[in-house]
Amino acid sequence: MTPAAGSRTGAPSPAAAVPAIDLRGVAKHYPGSVGKAVHALGPLDLQITSGSFVAVVGPSGCGKSTLLRLVAGLEMPDDGTMSRYGTPLDAPSHEVGIVFQEHVLFPWNTVLENVLLPADVLALPKAAARERALRLLEMTGLAAFADHRPQMLSGGMRQRAALCRALLADPRLLLLDEPFGALDALTREELSLELSSLWQDLGRTALLITHDIEEAILLSDRVLVMSPRPGRIRADIAVDLPRPRNADTPRLPRFQELKQVVRDIIFDRPRT
Amino acid sequence: MHASFGPRLVRRATTPIVYLALLVAWELSVRLFKIPAWILPAPSDIGEAALKWAPELALNSLVTLRETLVGFVLAIALSLPLAIFIALNPTARRLLYPILLGLQSVPKVAVAPLIILWLGLAEWPKIVIVILVCFFPILVNMIAGLEAAPKTMLDLMRSLGASQHMVFRRLRIPVALPHFFTGCKVAVTFAVIGAVISEFVAAQDGLGYLILISTSQSQTSLAFAAIALLTLLSIVLFRGIELLERRVVNWTP
Repeated sequence: MTPAAGSRTGAPSPAAAVPAIDLRGVAKHYPGSVGKAVHALGPLDLQITSGSFVAVVGPSGCGKSTLLRLVAGLEMPDDGTMSRYGTPLDAPSHEVGIVFQEHVLFPWNTVLENVLLPADVLALPKAAARERALRLLEMTGLAAFADHRPQMLSGGMRQRAALCRALLADPRLLLLDEPFGALDALTREELSLELSSLWQDLGRTALLITHDIEEAILLSDRVLVMSPRPGRIRADIAVDLPRPRNADTPRLPRFQELKQVVRDIIFDRPRT
Repeated sequence: MHASFGPRLVRRATTPIVYLALLVAWELSVRLFKIPAWILPAPSDIGEAALKWAPELALNSLVTLRETLVGFVLAIALSLPLAIFIALNPTARRLLYPILLGLQSVPKVAVAPLIILWLGLAEWPKIVIVILVCFFPILVNMIAGLEAAPKTMLDLMRSLGASQHMVFRRLRIPVALPHFFTGCKVAVTFAVIGAVISEFVAAQDGLGYLILISTSQSQTSLAFAAIALLTLLSIVLFRGIELLERRVVNWTP
């Protein structure tokens, strides 16, 4: 086992020698009509360095959500091998925190009870978990809403609560499945930047699935561009923008350049 | 604010006023057309009979209420574990569900004489009939509720590596609660009907028995009073469950 805190730049270091995620020749089929299997994903290879932030962009139906479900251990590939921190990946793990596209908060529980769900499931020490939950709610500006039901909260606040829940058990790997997809543009940008600084503070590995190119570039060290049917990784672009990222980052010429590069690949335009 | 007060008051008063008018129309037509009291008593006759027979009505109401409640609670106690067992176990579901649905289709009124034949004239055969009529609505709704957890929430629990037990406690049971209460509301009305049927078949007391003997003696106004009490009983039980539901399931808007 390598120490949890890897390097933040994604550059190889002894501590990060074992990749957080290592997929080799992974493919996934789905049963289609007339008994013919639909080739949904791959075969693809993917290595995620410990401590890096990787974003996957692609049009809808390119299998990027399937990719996340595979990495989460919620589904098994039909081909290939997967490992997580050097051990075979064959089931969900408490070392992984997931934020889903919908907030998936339980309406019968308070915000705090929702955030504490992983502690309940994993039987973590109660007092310490509660303290951590309250600190996470504090960091995301939800402290005053701990005892509210999620349906009292705005969309952005719900997704923040979902993020707190994903971070509660201090996972080494954070999986984000279009976490801001259902939010309005302003809340999206605000939450993206919050996530960026939170991630930098915590120093964890993250995999973000999104169809928003700006969001992908703003947050990540690497942007992977996927092509549809079957989903394959078409390009792997290093994002060499300075950290910490902030509201001014999108104005940098390099940001615009990267955005154009990604767009050209997605829309299959020849580079000029 | 004052402008909206008037129309709202009118709207809220409409239903009681119409019902009251219907009662008055009933009273008047009985008197006007001189309908014999043994065919259709006037509301005032029914009220009179209710006062005159108040002790009998109260005692027999308590008997029916007791049968209804004991049967209803036992039906819950029986159907909940069975619902969980069926929801957890696909084999049990395949084996038991067709039998249960088949049994549900049997008209319970038709079985009531058999139950009395087998179990005698004591109170508990009547309770068995009540259990039979309200068991299925609770069971079927509870099974549906336990299987109603959204896939996204199940994925969340799975991603945390939650045990079956944990998934039940934190997710499936809360999701099932509104379904459970729906089943209970249907069942409690059935339970009153079940109690009356059992009293029709064989009994020495209860509101069903009172209706049976009062009609056989042309005491129609007493029968009407008993029917009104049964209706009231049914409504009160239904409302009681609704109130409990609102307290327990307090997350739905």
